[in-house]
Amino acid sequence: MDIYLLEAVVNGLLLGGVLALLALGLNLIFGVIDVVWIAYADLVMCGMYGVYWLHAYFGWPLALACVAAIVGVALLGLLVHLLIIAPVLGSAPINQLLATGGLLYFLQSFATLLFGTDFRNIGVRLPVIELGGIFISYARLIAFAAALLGATALYLFLKRSYLGTAIRAISQDREVMGLMGVDQRRIYLITSAIGGALAGLAACLLALQYDVHPFIGNTFGPLTFMICVLGGLGNMLGGFIAAFIISQIIAIGGYYSSTELSYVLAFTLFIVLMIARPRGILAR
Amino acid sequence: MRAWHPAALVGLAALVALPFVVPVYFLHMLIQILLWGFIYTAWSLMGRFGFVSLGHGAFMGIGAYVPALLWNYEGVTPWLSIPLSMLLSALLALVIGYPCFRLKVVGHYFALVTLALGQVVMLTIVAARDITGGSLGMTQKLAGHSWYALQFPEKGYFYGVALVVWLGGLATWRWLDRGVGREALQAISEDEEAAAAVGIDVMREKLRVTVVSAVLTALGGALYVQYLMYLNPETVSGIGVSLQIVFAAIAGGMYTPLGPTVGALLTIALTEGLRVWFGISFVGAANTIYGILLVLFIIFMPRGILGLFETLRARRARAAAVAAQ
Repeated sequence: MDIYLLEAVVNGLLLGGVLALLALGLNLIFGVIDVVWIAYADLVMCGMYGVYWLHAYFGWPLALACVAAIVGVALLGLLVHLLIIAPVLGSAPINQLLATGGLLYFLQSFATLLFGTDFRNIGVRLPVIELGGIFISYARLIAFAAALLGATALYLFLKRSYLGTAIRAISQDREVMGLMGVDQRRIYLITSAIGGALAGLAACLLALQYDVHPFIGNTFGPLTFMICVLGGLGNMLGGFIAAFIISQIIAIGGYYSSTELSYVLAFTLFIVLMIARPRGILAR
Repeated sequence: MRAWHPAALVGLAALVALPFVVPVYFLHMLIQILLWGFIYTAWSLMGRFGFVSLGHGAFMGIGAYVPALLWNYEGVTPWLSIPLSMLLSALLALVIGYPCFRLKVVGHYFALVTLALGQVVMLTIVAARDITGGSLGMTQKLAGHSWYALQFPEKGYFYGVALVVWLGGLATWRWLDRGVGREALQAISEDEEAAAAVGIDVMREKLRVTVVSAVLTALGGALYVQYLMYLNPETVSGIGVSLQIVFAAIAGGMYTPLGPTVGALLTIALTEGLRVWFGISFVGAANTIYGILLVLFIIFMPRGILGLFETLRARRARAAAVAAQ
């Protein structure tokens, strides 16, 4: 096998970890609250700016800046639910989608207003390691490991804790759970905060690899929806698998042609699969 | 069917007379309002029946780039290449619309499919950077004042073109609403199975409105860049422009023929107003306010500004009817 192709595959695998994390967050929110946050990747953008300002500008240690970003985006998730989602919970799904579309517009423009369109780098240089002729960036390795840890933590929380069980139960039957004494409002708020925290974690991991700018959400946002829909909206395992499929298409496609064309391929595949298997690749 | 309302005639006369009296700057704004109003109208033709497309940038992109590329590289007149781009848009709308409608991809699934479609077109344009200039955009070859090239340095001509096209958009709306078309689509958007059961050809009605919407959007995109003489993949087919179309149509009110144009008026007046007010140092201020307004509109008045007026009028009429009894 071509060594450069192998490198592309490995890098695709590593990117897949972060995409999987994003897809988990979006899927959690969709599964529980039944709302598509089209601005999800723009929350990631906010988190990246948070890391940038705290670390590169105010000189906080990176770890502390990351924790602050995660908490900050979790709070942002809470706010999104309280201010935007809660008032439209009873509306048509498409209105909910459009309301978060407005949020996307707002966040991107507001970031442009505050920070301009400059590309900003947090200025952390991590080494590149060589492994049998393949060059792997350390930042991507960390991102992959942290993403997997985050996903495992979420899994354990949902499976083992009382609160996690309540969250899963709500996603299965929201009417009955209300009768069982589960406070739906509280569960929604907690879910939004967890979704936000996952976006915050993804922001920290992406800030290590990419420059932040107001429109970076457009790079990851459509990909994230695609992954969730491919895996079946609300289906965590499906989303996890789909993340790696998509990241491989992009990595290998990018190796054979250009990055844009590999995205075109991924989006076209998405449209075809969407029409052929609208409930996701794992649907029975 | 109503006869021509006197107010409509007065309005039309005023629109025809305007280019002779207003300064060039306002003419520039009027042209933009008419062209965007036309595009928003095209989107609303399907949006009002619940087929919310987040990818109309795809059709705008085809309408913008096909004529510009053919003009720059082959010297083909826009009079031929614009219809060609409209035809291509119609084909794309069919290729996407038919399977979506057949397999019942609706609501936010439909929105996400169209979102991806917009991305496919935008990224294809970027990827073909050898001929399109990629993200940097491109300009058409100048031809001076020329009907053949559809280029007019003097804005008055373009105002005429925009006005005619905009009126055509409104006429299309009326044409679609004539006969049973509107009732059929209304019935489909409320209950598809019931509509099919009373003998409505669901697929035909849906495809018709989708194709018309796509074709008009391509025309709007073509004329818009023909006027600006500059194309950029992000500004003609990015997510931003697709969302802008949705927002303006909703803000103005997508259920009434003039609603989308009111949306165009509102957004362009807002952009220009803020630009004058803050100066260019506040890039993004207008869009920030759009974003907030969009959220507020969805939450508080999903029928838009004109929709709100209509609701109020209907309520008053009902109150009057009750009082008369």
